[in-house]
Amino acid sequence: MTKLIEWLTVFGCIFCAWAALVTNKIENNFTKQYFSVILYSPIIFVVLFGVYAAMVVLYRTFTFNNCEEAAVELQKEIKEAREDLSKLGFKFKKRSK
Amino acid sequence: MTDSVKNKYSILLPTYNEVENLPIIIWLIVKYMTKSGYDYEIIIIDDGSPDGTLEAAEQLQKIYGEDKIVLRPRERKLGLGTAYIHGIKHATGNFIIIMDADLSHHPKYIPEFIQIQESKNYDVVSGTRYLGNGGVHGWDFKRKLVSRGANFLTQLLLRPGASDLTGSFRLYKKSILEKLIQSCISKGYVFQMEMIIRARQFNYTIGEVPIAFVDRVYGESKLGGSEIIQFATGLLYLFATT
Repeated sequence: MTKLIEWLTVFGCIFCAWAALVTNKIENNFTKQYFSVILYSPIIFVVLFGVYAAMVVLYRTFTFNNCEEAAVELQKEIKEAREDLSKLGFKFKKRSK
Repeated sequence: MTDSVKNKYSILLPTYNEVENLPIIIWLIVKYMTKSGYDYEIIIIDDGSPDGTLEAAEQLQKIYGEDKIVLRPRERKLGLGTAYIHGIKHATGNFIIIMDADLSHHPKYIPEFIQIQESKNYDVVSGTRYLGNGGVHGWDFKRKLVSRGANFLTQLLLRPGASDLTGSFRLYKKSILEKLIQSCISKGYVFQMEMIIRARQFNYTIGEVPIAFVDRVYGESKLGGSEIIQFATGLLYLFATT
């Protein structure tokens, strides 16, 4: 089963249940009392999920490691490599920059 | 090593115009692999770089020896997937390590990849920028946001069982890599995503090592509209087919 089919299946089931509720195929005190909430629940869900996604992505963006040390260490090692390679007889091409 | 058969690691380095980076990356690989004591070889697959990358590689081969540095150049740019196939054909190791030659992937992580692989006998070990001490250097806020957003979407839609799909610093069992390449259709950088997704599909085990990704020291890094479109179509393709 592809991921697309998985998603369609799950959303199809949820949609059917929701459609049955809003078209009054299933009716009881609970559905009568909360009819508008049920009616708008897909929109509510999408909005809530959007907020959740935005929060998670922003949080992860702000906490994304900058790895300053790794960059500094690499610069040091590049210098070391150039010196060592020159000693070993490696001829570096003149840098164009 | 407890194994009676000694493992050997073939490091594939596809290059195109990396004359500045190649000597450094080779020096670093030699440094860390020598220190760790694992048996290895480096296979350089240069796609006809006009900047003299191949000449630099030949010099390095003279310095470090033909058993350590293997040159398998090609006439012109033919794409990453075929570069790997080309490299594997000449690899004598039972494990393959794939990394970029632009210094964004630091060879100091290779011994860690190997230890993780050995600990659980993983089929694939993938470097990840999104876990633990992993991260990126040289990215502004926008670039980080796009990366995190794309990663969130990918995790949501594909549930790949690995946290970094677009990274290309990985270790594979040789036979597994051969099978994965055969079953992957995508090109360019979606290819890296497809490899991990197919691995999940075949129920291969995937280990992860957090890596610090230092964006291109020399040369330019790219994130344009075309990369984003490539990513989006790749994601949808994998969503619909796997």
